[in-house]
Amino acid sequence: MMNKVSVIIKREYLTRVRKKSFIIMTILAPLLMALLIVVPTLLMMNQEQDYKKIAVIEDGTDLFRGKIGNTKNLEFVYLEGIRISDLKNSFEQAGYYGILYISPEIITTPNAIQLLSKKQPPIGMLEHIEKSLEKEIEKQKLKAYDIEDLDEIMKNVETRVSIQTIKIDDSGNVKETSTGVAMALAYIGGFLMYMLVFMFGAQVMRGVIEEKTSRVVEVIVSSVKPVQLMMGKIIGIALVGLTQFLIWVFLTIAIAGSLKSTVLQKSDLQELSRDAARSLMAEETRVQTATSIPETDTRISEFGKLFETAMNQPWGLIIISFIFYFITGYLLYASIFAAIGSAVDNETETQQFMLPVTIPIILGLMVAMGTMQNPESQLSLWCSIIPLTSPIVMIARIPFGVPYWQLALSMGLMVVTFAAFVWMAAKIYRTGILMYGKKTSWKEMWKWLRYSG
Amino acid sequence: MALFEAKNVTKQYGTQLALDNVSISVPEKCIFGLLGPNGAGKTTLIRIINQITGPDSGELFLEGKKLKPDDVLRIGYLPEERGLYKKMKVGEQALYFAQLKGLTKAEAMKRLRYWFNKLDIAEWWGKKVEELSKGMQQKVQFITTVLHEPKLIIFDEPFTGFDPVNTNIIKNEILFLREMGSTIIFSTHNMESVEELCDNITLINKAKTILEGNVDDIRRQWAANEYEIVFEGNAALPEQEKINILKRHDENGRTRIRFRIRDGIDTNDVLGNALVSGRIISFNPALPSMNEIFIRVVESRN
Repeated sequence: MMNKVSVIIKREYLTRVRKKSFIIMTILAPLLMALLIVVPTLLMMNQEQDYKKIAVIEDGTDLFRGKIGNTKNLEFVYLEGIRISDLKNSFEQAGYYGILYISPEIITTPNAIQLLSKKQPPIGMLEHIEKSLEKEIEKQKLKAYDIEDLDEIMKNVETRVSIQTIKIDDSGNVKETSTGVAMALAYIGGFLMYMLVFMFGAQVMRGVIEEKTSRVVEVIVSSVKPVQLMMGKIIGIALVGLTQFLIWVFLTIAIAGSLKSTVLQKSDLQELSRDAARSLMAEETRVQTATSIPETDTRISEFGKLFETAMNQPWGLIIISFIFYFITGYLLYASIFAAIGSAVDNETETQQFMLPVTIPIILGLMVAMGTMQNPESQLSLWCSIIPLTSPIVMIARIPFGVPYWQLALSMGLMVVTFAAFVWMAAKIYRTGILMYGKKTSWKEMWKWLRYSG
Repeated sequence: MALFEAKNVTKQYGTQLALDNVSISVPEKCIFGLLGPNGAGKTTLIRIINQITGPDSGELFLEGKKLKPDDVLRIGYLPEERGLYKKMKVGEQALYFAQLKGLTKAEAMKRLRYWFNKLDIAEWWGKKVEELSKGMQQKVQFITTVLHEPKLIIFDEPFTGFDPVNTNIIKNEILFLREMGSTIIFSTHNMESVEELCDNITLINKAKTILEGNVDDIRRQWAANEYEIVFEGNAALPEQEKINILKRHDENGRTRIRFRIRDGIDTNDVLGNALVSGRIISFNPALPSMNEIFIRVVESRN
């Protein structure tokens, strides 16, 4: 009998994995994601590597001469006695990337400054100019107060704040943590759980409807028990999901790896522009990049710290819990979806049943997102224990730390509930798949639950 | 010995009685007609035989032994509402169903090759099901039903979707299967094919058995002294108190008259009178068609 279920699992798995749409989704999705991140980054880096000369024209004043520092690929040339109208049409021929025009009102009107260029200037360049000017203007303004030893005071006053969060667990162990990392993990984990459960649960439903409307099911149930067919389908699709997930993980690692090497080749590390670094943050590479970069840039050394605190997360617990909640949560919802699929004659009829099923999932997702802001809230606590929402919410809570008794209670309830749901779904499914042309209601399904063999 | 027996089977869905104390007995190597109007309970009985659902009460026996879960491997079932996975390839799909019936891949391949050649659909092996005509899909389904060489085969309306040529091919295959030792339960509304194929029948109406037995016996029982006489040219049977004319019509220069002889009257008397009426081409006892019997029995019960 087990043999038959494995035949069914094999079919469910192979027909889906061989589909063009599956192959495209599986391979293209991470590539597209990577392209979205890599291409702008590379573009920006290439742009910034070009050496650019910028003409600076101050109208009447001479406040900023030499105050905007040159960088490796930016040179600021101060032109005197030239008006902007003289250069406006010929700056490119003269070898300038653009003209920076500073009007005398700059001290009082901060936007009295213009950058003329033929192309959209990179953000890094603009930030560099803005920062330099801001600093200079501040200085000028402070000077107006006539304070003695201003420079020294300023040097003493300059500070950078960065909070170190340290978590003490029950046994008094101290761990450096990062709320940012926990939030990111909560977000990714919760959302991934929601997507996987919903996407593949809905696939189960569609599969059941396909079998029912095409009447294949009539043929199959003469060879296998309906429960075997249902479980075969649910397990087969779970394996499809797992395959896709694993391929995504591997592809992401591979892409991240190659990205890292290109990034490292393309630029020497110190001038890894802020923007590039910021976009990289979204990618997994940040971890690798961070570790291999000498801590010259403060921002980059922050990645190092981030990496350290990321490593301090209870990864084992997170991964095991994720797998546990994925399996039980998927089984729970997939069996509900299978029961719904069996009760209807076509996909449009599913809507009346979908709403009550979607509500707990969406609620779970919303509470999970709220958990990121306030991990200790009562709502999060209860939603992470109640089985219908717990897979999503608990996964979002774990990075912030969850007492073991809560985890155990939640998991225990989950096991009991999923078993009960699979059992009930099987009963509904058994009757539903052979029932045609009848508008099914919840009441009707309740009746099926109580039919004997 | 009966190959299959159902004894006093009752099944209820909610408040609706689907089968009320129904018994059937299917002799070995017999083609057994399971008849009845729509909604009579045939499909429920067939599903119980296939163990898709269980009866509320009653017992089922295959070859004298109580039906057990593994027996699905010895039963073949072609449901009335049947389908295939549209996106799946024909051969793969046939293989899948064969494996679900417990055949190994190698064995299934061997038998499938034989049957695909026999029914002339071998070149469709690699095609997707949706590319096939309805008739060809039905052939594939027929093959998957009989591939595991079941002792008992249940055909529910096997001829729908077939043109006359293919209907004949399938009919011959069914007869061939019986020759090879299978026993067949045949459910249909097509009474002509019942006369042609079935040895025994059970007629179910409103969850109850209302008629059962050997087809020829039943037809003779219902014949009730009816005869048919055919004259050349235009002729009439003299109206007499001995007979009761039921039907008369002219066709291609012949007169066909159906009549019932009243109780206690000798056929020779009637025939003697007829001889003077015209030139007789034929004189036969008129067996009612299964169709007539079906309609009469069901209507008398309603």
